[in-house]
Amino acid sequence: MEGSIALLGFGEGGWGPSIASGVLVTVSLALATLPVGLAIGFFVALGKQSPERSVKLAANMYTTIFRGLPELLTLFVVYFGAQIGIQKLGQLLGYQGTIEINSFIAGMFALGVVFSSYASEVFLSAFRAIPKGQYEGGYAIGLSSGQTMRKVILPQLIRIALPGLANLWMILLKDTALVSAIGLADILRQTGVAARVTKHAFLFFGVACMIYLVLAILSSFVIDAIERSSAKSGVKR
Amino acid sequence: MTESFINARPATVLRPPAPPKKWTRGRVVGHLLVGLWIALLIGLLVYLYSAWNPELIAKYGPTYLAGLKTTIGLVGSSILLGALISIPVALGRMSKNRIASSIAYAYVYFFRGTPLIAQVFLFYYGLGSFKPQLEAVGLWTFFREAWYCALLAFALNTAAYQAEILRGAVRSVSLGQWEGAASLGISKFVTFWKVILPQALIVALRPYGNEIILMIKGSAIVALITVYDLMGYTRLAYSRTFDFQAYLWAAIIYLILVEIIRHIWDWLERRITRHLIR
Repeated sequence: MEGSIALLGFGEGGWGPSIASGVLVTVSLALATLPVGLAIGFFVALGKQSPERSVKLAANMYTTIFRGLPELLTLFVVYFGAQIGIQKLGQLLGYQGTIEINSFIAGMFALGVVFSSYASEVFLSAFRAIPKGQYEGGYAIGLSSGQTMRKVILPQLIRIALPGLANLWMILLKDTALVSAIGLADILRQTGVAARVTKHAFLFFGVACMIYLVLAILSSFVIDAIERSSAKSGVKR
Repeated sequence: MTESFINARPATVLRPPAPPKKWTRGRVVGHLLVGLWIALLIGLLVYLYSAWNPELIAKYGPTYLAGLKTTIGLVGSSILLGALISIPVALGRMSKNRIASSIAYAYVYFFRGTPLIAQVFLFYYGLGSFKPQLEAVGLWTFFREAWYCALLAFALNTAAYQAEILRGAVRSVSLGQWEGAASLGISKFVTFWKVILPQALIVALRPYGNEIILMIKGSAIVALITVYDLMGYTRLAYSRTFDFQAYLWAAIIYLILVEIIRHIWDWLERRITRHLIR
């Protein structure tokens, strides 16, 4: 027992610092992916509820493809595919050296794409929950369509979509564990290295699971706070 | 009769022709986007055609098929095993007994709150630390195999999700159904089996389908613990040839697999909700 505390500690021979840096990487990756995924998801949802059939088709193809692919495969396709693509582009431009893709950026992009395809469905159902009269009311007082979207629809949309988005955030937090497969030093990678070196695999992977649990619990607190504050600004009935 | 009535009316109603659709900005953007997708798909096809290498296909094609079989076998058996485990867990979640419900809650919280890949690592690498103890109990032959470890981790993981699906579905059937059956003198077990479950399954069908699709996608991570499923053979093919089409073929196969399940599920849902359509 004391041995395992020393192993996890921050002192001599302790793996605390490296695991802490892994936590930092995981959290920053998830936080960096969130805005990307939300933005793409929002525009895809806009496309899905557009009256124009071609826009709808393009948006639906996006979700069909990225919801159907395993996240790990998407990650590999982005990581290796982008590497090859940029290499080819570099050769065309006359650059001969090897180009390495940052695994953080690749992970951010791949997870963002997956997140956005799920988020678009959440946004879409939220859009459907907003009555048409809200748009008409906005136009009636002379707001442009952009202003109506920003000032009338979006605040309500976020309130309705929040529970679904909170779910997706939890999924995103768990999916970040996959980036350890392309060499990013996140929680799972750091604990994996520690497990291999010290041969205490159960201890370290158990700790990894516990850290993910703690992150989930912490984010559920934050989500609750956001939900309460957004409910406050809602309509009082 | 209605037909003759319609035919009796003069067929020529003069309407102005529909005005031509305007090329609004949205329409232009939509056509451009669809064009982009089509260009990407054609690019993919052209690439796969130009990179077509009979030697490669002959060498790795059969392994992909074997990998697909492993994936389907793993997902199928873990879903079935998980369904069995989920029943006591769901009962525990719904039970009034404090201890049973908190144990079930902790189980569900752990398996839903941690990444599947961390759970798989915990079972495969972690239980390896208990080799002497496991050997003493005679379970080591089971936990030595990556496939069995993956199966166990997947089954326990999906059991947690399925328990929640089951619980939600049973809760969605109103209490009056239980009371109605009780007033007819039907035993609790028969009520559950013949009255509650058929109604609950309609609610549970879609989440179950989603769970199967999530498991198919999640099963790709067993490639990281040396199980040769579809993803495992893909990685093998890529690491030997450095040919990117290895990943593209895998993507196509996964996409087809998921779409097949999705369409089967749509059909199933239409089939069993026929009586609800008015």
